[in-house]
Amino acid sequence: MEKLINQFEFGLFFWQVLIFVGLILLLKKFAWKPILDAVNEREEGIKNALESAENARKEMQDLQADNQRILNEARAERDTMLKEAREMKEKMVADAKTEAQAQGAKMIEQAKAAIESEKNAAMAELKLQVSSLSLNIAEKLLKEELSNTEAQTKLVEKMLGDVKLN
Amino acid sequence: MVILKRPLRLIIATFLACLPLISFANQEVDAAHGNEAAAHEVVAEGHHEGAHAEPTDVRSKIKAFINHHVLDSHDFSLTQDDETGESWGFPLPVILWDNGLQVFSSAKFHHGKEVAESNGNYYAINHHDGKIYKTDASGTITENEETGHPENFRPIDFSITKTVVSIIAAALLMFFLFTSLAKSYAKNGGIAKGAGRIFEPIVIYIRDEIAIPNIGVKHYKRYMSYLLTIFFFVLFLNIFGLTPLGINATGNFTVTFSLALLTFLITNLTANKNYWGHIFWMPGVPKPMRIILAPIELLGVFIKPFSLMIRLYANIFAGHIVLMSILGLMFIFKSWIGSSLSFGLAFVLSILEILVAFLQAYIFTMLSALYFGAAVEEHHHEEGHH
Repeated sequence: MEKLINQFEFGLFFWQVLIFVGLILLLKKFAWKPILDAVNEREEGIKNALESAENARKEMQDLQADNQRILNEARAERDTMLKEAREMKEKMVADAKTEAQAQGAKMIEQAKAAIESEKNAAMAELKLQVSSLSLNIAEKLLKEELSNTEAQTKLVEKMLGDVKLN
Repeated sequence: MVILKRPLRLIIATFLACLPLISFANQEVDAAHGNEAAAHEVVAEGHHEGAHAEPTDVRSKIKAFINHHVLDSHDFSLTQDDETGESWGFPLPVILWDNGLQVFSSAKFHHGKEVAESNGNYYAINHHDGKIYKTDASGTITENEETGHPENFRPIDFSITKTVVSIIAAALLMFFLFTSLAKSYAKNGGIAKGAGRIFEPIVIYIRDEIAIPNIGVKHYKRYMSYLLTIFFFVLFLNIFGLTPLGINATGNFTVTFSLALLTFLITNLTANKNYWGHIFWMPGVPKPMRIILAPIELLGVFIKPFSLMIRLYANIFAGHIVLMSILGLMFIFKSWIGSSLSFGLAFVLSILEILVAFLQAYIFTMLSALYFGAAVEEHHHEEGHH
């Protein structure tokens, strides 16, 4: 210990403190402050860059999710629309079918009625024609038959025979 | 890894806390040897008109060299030739306060062999402590019979000694390195460039691993300049000490004393009410205990920086002595086995010393931060205090 105290040198102490304190002050102004500031700034920059990258990533994710959602919605909408269209089509077809059937039936009915009336008319005509034709024929036949006496007698005989038979 | 980190650091811290005890013991032994040797020489040589008689055998020469190395010196000698007594290096200015400023070159001392004259005053360097004493024209230094200390008048010595030169060199190096680093950010768009770039991770490490965990996010900025400066200052001086320049600045008691003193002053001048409350009136313990604890805590205030001072000093001092002793062994063995073995040992030890250089800088900074942290700790844990 005594040797230590003997080693103490005031002049050296003076220089050491002077130089060291001067060094601290000088370095503080010209080195440590700018260095630490620069390092801090850089770290802040890196942090900010990382953060913004993370944010961008999140945004991207959100965007993608949005896109997906929109896509899904669109798909669902398309599906419903298709379904509706299909239903409508089916309904329309069914409606058309029943209407057509009704129309057809109606038309058939009308046709049937027309055919019936035509038939009746035709029958009446035919009857008329047939009666006049048969009268004509009968007239002609009678004229023919009566012109021939033999035949007339025969006919009378025959008629008489028929009456007899009755 | 997270689990591992704390205990590992604790182990290292404990280990380092124990280190100075070991090293200090070594140093004491060495110091005792040194004194003994010096005493022997004095007895053997007597007073040789102030000129120091060179020790003759290799062992005592090495011992003298080591003892000379760990002390501060008034000239910067890189190497010397024992045969011719020539030294290579450069003299440094001597500035003394002795009834006015006495400034002259240390070349006047001729490496302590001659008496320097300035304005009619005579000064000589004592070989045992390397300090300048005022003498008569022949350079007589009278020594106290009991203590062996010179009784001559000592002028206040403001000389630019070897240690001061190395401190200035470290300061200049730091200044240019870190200002260039600071400038490179602006020039290079926020990214460091140049030589200072190597130190940027260390700066960030000190901020994130030393300052913020120990002091807290709220206050750490106030102490960053001091912590960064002290870390690099101690580190650079430790590393300088391992170069062949033969500098021993952080192994100098005065240097570590002034560094520890600054930590002490900053701790106590920036301390808040809570800190002083914990010292004088410890919360959470019975009242009689508070009275007993107060002097202990108060003593702790001084012991903390004292341990800082001794730890750094003893580690570097002991490292230098051990390393130089092993290097000296090479010349004692003078055989190819012994010398190469001690070379290998010295090599391994040098690597260890590099580790110690970093560790001691780390520990000094770490503990300073810890003390600052205690000084500005907020009042938030009433119960459960130690």
